[in-house]
Amino acid sequence: MDIARVDQIIDRYGADESYLIQVLLDIQTENNWLPQEALERVAERLRVPLSRILHIATFYKAFSTVPKGRHRIHVCMGTACHVRGAQRVLDAVQEATGIKPGETDLELKFSLETVNCLGCCALGPVMEIDGKTYGKMTPAETAEALRNHD
Amino acid sequence: MERLHSPAELEAFRKAVLADRAPDQPCITLCAGSACHACGCNDVAEAVRVELAKQGLADRVHLRLTGCHGFCERGPILVIQPESVCYFQLTAADVPEIIEKTVKAGERVERLLYVDPDSGDPLAREDEIPFYKHQQRIVFGSNGSIDPKSIEDYVAIGGYSALAKALSEMTPEQVLDEVKRANLRGRGGGGFPAGIKWEGTRNAPDPVKYVVVNADEGDPGAYMDRSLLEGNPHAVLEGLILGAYAVGAHEGYVYVRQEYPLAVENVTLAIQKAEELGLLGDDILGSGFSFRVKVHRGAGAFVCGESTALMTALEGRVGEPRPKYIRSNVRGLWNRPTVLNNVETWANVPLIIQNGADWFTRIGTETSSGTKIFSIVGKITNTGLVEVPMGMPLRDIVYKIGGGIPGGKRLKAVQTGGPSGGCLPEHMLDLPVGFDELTQAGSMMGSGGMIVMDEDTCMVDVARYFIEFLTDESCGKCVPCREGLRQMLAVLTRICRGEGRDGDLEILEDLSVVAKEAALCGLGKSAPNPFLSTLRYFRDEYEAHIRENRCPALSCKDLIAFHIDPDRCRACGRCRRKCPAEAISGAKNVIHQIDQDLCTKCGTCLEVCPDRFGAVRKISGEPVPPPLPEDQRTVRARG
Repeated sequence: MDIARVDQIIDRYGADESYLIQVLLDIQTENNWLPQEALERVAERLRVPLSRILHIATFYKAFSTVPKGRHRIHVCMGTACHVRGAQRVLDAVQEATGIKPGETDLELKFSLETVNCLGCCALGPVMEIDGKTYGKMTPAETAEALRNHD
Repeated sequence: MERLHSPAELEAFRKAVLADRAPDQPCITLCAGSACHACGCNDVAEAVRVELAKQGLADRVHLRLTGCHGFCERGPILVIQPESVCYFQLTAADVPEIIEKTVKAGERVERLLYVDPDSGDPLAREDEIPFYKHQQRIVFGSNGSIDPKSIEDYVAIGGYSALAKALSEMTPEQVLDEVKRANLRGRGGGGFPAGIKWEGTRNAPDPVKYVVVNADEGDPGAYMDRSLLEGNPHAVLEGLILGAYAVGAHEGYVYVRQEYPLAVENVTLAIQKAEELGLLGDDILGSGFSFRVKVHRGAGAFVCGESTALMTALEGRVGEPRPKYIRSNVRGLWNRPTVLNNVETWANVPLIIQNGADWFTRIGTETSSGTKIFSIVGKITNTGLVEVPMGMPLRDIVYKIGGGIPGGKRLKAVQTGGPSGGCLPEHMLDLPVGFDELTQAGSMMGSGGMIVMDEDTCMVDVARYFIEFLTDESCGKCVPCREGLRQMLAVLTRICRGEGRDGDLEILEDLSVVAKEAALCGLGKSAPNPFLSTLRYFRDEYEAHIRENRCPALSCKDLIAFHIDPDRCRACGRCRRKCPAEAISGAKNVIHQIDQDLCTKCGTCLEVCPDRFGAVRKISGEPVPPPLPEDQRTVRARG
């Protein structure tokens, strides 16, 4: 990621230490993950030790310190989805992609993540691919939806 | 927008907004909440715009995209004012007919109306539909009628008049007193009286104080805070400003999950608009009171919903809780006195100031005043957000509003209060829903998630699910939570696999006691609740798993098998074609069989087998019948 771009993001907040998480969120949103050099720049500009930044980057779920795939799959494991069979949907995704939650495949095609409620409980079980919501999923439909991505 | 300098100018602004709008002018409101978004409300909105333009009505009919209407099961939802005719589950293709018939001619499109499940009659108006009829939507009601991006819409329905009233007619002490008398209890979980919390902050000697909105709604199955902040952000802001005035704070924060992008967007815009109008910032409405608000996005950590962890996260650090030797309302954010309340709590404040504490305490029960928004989800006919006066029996919420259990199944339990709450069995359905009643029953109000479970839900698996969730979300700071939950999860997982042993339940109980007693924060202290409440009411299910290797709900994957009844199979081939694991053999006129070694137990065969055959069976605790010899697999004609 371009360091000048990292600087622009930091400038938005006036290089204030208390905005550390907000800065990291913006970098994550733009770049899909947090590269080492970006974190070093944030540490330098906000005058925060790199160790603390890494603590934050690994504690919060929104952050990733490794690259993510082209398509991001989120399977909702909220309670409403759980009682309506979310595990079966997750199993079908794992079967089809060969990756577990938190993993990215070697071709960087899919990243799989579980989330704990997307707030669409009426549609459960719910899966999201690249932000598009697929509701009332069955294992068969899950495999079908994944096949439509390359 | 012109800055407003006094309550009189706000009134004048309101009159100008209202004068701009003819009361009889038709207005189409379309729900644009998250669930409706997922069901394609954007296409419907576009179709409405195109069609209004095409029929030359663009100037005469207003289209308003609103927040969540609550009836998420039936989205996208469209309501036509002034008659309040509701249409459900629309597609863009339905729009021309609606405009033609309802907007132009005042007729109804019968096929899109809600059909009363009892009488079979079509119901046109919101207040006739059972889902809405039994609710009392004082906080959530405006969600469906205002555009969250328009401050004019909020002002038009009387918004910010509570603020004007407080600033011009009431002292901070009087505002505080009103909230105290109203006995407003925190809607985020614990039910602590907001007024007492505020008073502690007001009386703290430190001159710098903060107020914070907790919109880090992490409970799976609860989304009322999201819908409220997305759909009516000004109500939350107005409450926050009133709170700041009462306690003497000049800075506030909205801590909202980044997983809720629309809520972040709408509340950020609301703050900006309120600043432009002079309802936030310096010298609000000419009163001399100044207050600013910032939005802070949470980065995804369930524990950050806990007050001390949230404040640490606000400071830009890892959100770990701390012991509350001194309460946050005395020493919170940056060690300053801080009032932290949940979204729904803040949204109640303008109503209390506007209508008075006496009005508020008349709603609900003696110890739980007002209403509560619940999300009823899971195995229920009408999934959605409902707002009811406290004290309503659980049965009424589930059956009158929720429409009961779909598919003719039996209700088994209602889980309330999220991962910190518990499961209430069917025989407790007459329990009035209030803070103390739920706690006494071994559950809690929590944020208001209500997950309805039917006979197909395994209660051991539900307990395992919540403990797994909490193990994953534990920040790891204290040992009882970090290590204790991990052990509980290991034992519960074993039980679900059919590897349970005698003594397991006692181990789980021991670990629960330790976590309850010794964990640092509320997350750890309440973590054993899902296990304890399921054990209390469904002990037999635990015993069936441990002693008989049987899952009575036929849900735990390791304890069940699918079997095709040879006498019922008509060799239609549907299950064979749909089976993702290719575990089913058979052909035309050859009875189908499942290869148990290949079967992944996904249940697709059971789902696709036509009801009239009903050949696929789920079994548990008994051996799978052996496969038929090849020569007996031909389908015989049946007499």
